[in-house]
Amino acid sequence: MLAKRIIPCLDVKDGTTVKGVNFVNFKNAGDPVELGKKYSQDGADELVFLDITASHEGRKTFVNLVTRIAKNISIPFTVGGGINDVSDVDKLLNAGADKISINSAALRNPNLIDNIAKNFGNQVCVTAIDARYDNGEWICYINGGRIPTERKLIEWAHEAQERGAGEILFTSMDHDGVKTGFACEALALLNEKLSIPIIASGGAGDYSHFYDVFTAGKADAALAASIFHFNEIPIDNLKVYLNERNINVRI
Amino acid sequence: MFLAKTVMKIAIIKYNAGNNFSVECALKRIGYEAIITDNPDIILNADRVIFPGVGEASSAMAYLKEHKLDLLIKSLTQPVLGICIGQQLLCSHSEEGNINCLGIFNAQVKRFASSIQDYKIPHMGWNTLNNIKPGFIPKEFENQYVYYVHSYYVPITEDTAATTDYIHPFSAALHKGNFFSTQFHPEKSGDIGETIIKRFIEQ
Repeated sequence: MLAKRIIPCLDVKDGTTVKGVNFVNFKNAGDPVELGKKYSQDGADELVFLDITASHEGRKTFVNLVTRIAKNISIPFTVGGGINDVSDVDKLLNAGADKISINSAALRNPNLIDNIAKNFGNQVCVTAIDARYDNGEWICYINGGRIPTERKLIEWAHEAQERGAGEILFTSMDHDGVKTGFACEALALLNEKLSIPIIASGGAGDYSHFYDVFTAGKADAALAASIFHFNEIPIDNLKVYLNERNINVRI
Repeated sequence: MFLAKTVMKIAIIKYNAGNNFSVECALKRIGYEAIITDNPDIILNADRVIFPGVGEASSAMAYLKEHKLDLLIKSLTQPVLGICIGQQLLCSHSEEGNINCLGIFNAQVKRFASSIQDYKIPHMGWNTLNNIKPGFIPKEFENQYVYYVHSYYVPITEDTAATTDYIHPFSAALHKGNFFSTQFHPEKSGDIGETIIKRFIEQ
């Protein structure tokens, strides 16, 4: 049976992991490769590396980092951040990434999804959507959640699928960082309307939130950052918890 | 016959549907160097040949034919490992682009039916190996997870070496003579995948 996936997300700036990472007896948390390896050993199913560097030099560092990740880690990984055109995608895939994630660039230029799917296959193209519940509707935001758009979550996700996205990574801005659980209602609705896998993001704070996102939220995968980085929820323990509750996970 | 790591010649076939770098990295992690090439002499003289792939079947077949790699692959007598689209291209025919393939395995590649509730297409993520036959995939990997990304599958055939269940059982791996193949990506399947590649190399 296909397993539900647990995906830690690492933010990278100038080649170094950002956000405080707090592991006892683990010294190299600043190195994305070492941290990725640790997560892989703990049972992570995939990894996501987001480049939050703005500078040109930093971008080059990130591409080199992607190659180091590919050489050292034996599970699939997605990279995102600052991807604006097909040539950016080409560089990252050549460097060894399995998938790429696009967000604002896709909303500004939806054809980018078609072009990536056509050139590299649908499975490569993860379309990330940041959305917030405003006045009874899920509104899509760009620029790291700073600028609202005209687009609504479900119709944009559906368009992305039709254009060739392989997966949707949906972050609820209302839930992100609050640690009170994922946006299960919106996720279930998304699942009902789409035929491609959905990765849930934003809101993980407790073991039970993962159970909820896979049952009530019907998500195919769940992504989180700080609860893994601060070791509040070790991935191996999380998987045992889910397995005991009949959620199919890879152990 | 087991050759020392330094003399083992491993060729990864270079074509337009390759994720060759990932396969090369996996080989390095288990201590082997490989050459990525479409040079017929190097491929013919290799001790092991890996035929990987991420892509679309009909354009991949067109490329192989154009570069005369189709006849070359069929003529290989050393152990050959097809991965993902590599496995599908080793079959007789694929629904993807309705194309005749290499015909090593007598099987018709089909597309997963997309209208079945609760089953997303592509089949993406970790799924279990079942019904492992002796010889290719280690028996102790029964019910262990490997990583998949695909929309087309090889049905169960007489050459099926292991199965996986998604919508229905399909061929996770095939084996016939010197030809071995996996639908999953051993190069992305953690320690289990690396062991499967290592066993193939060191057979």
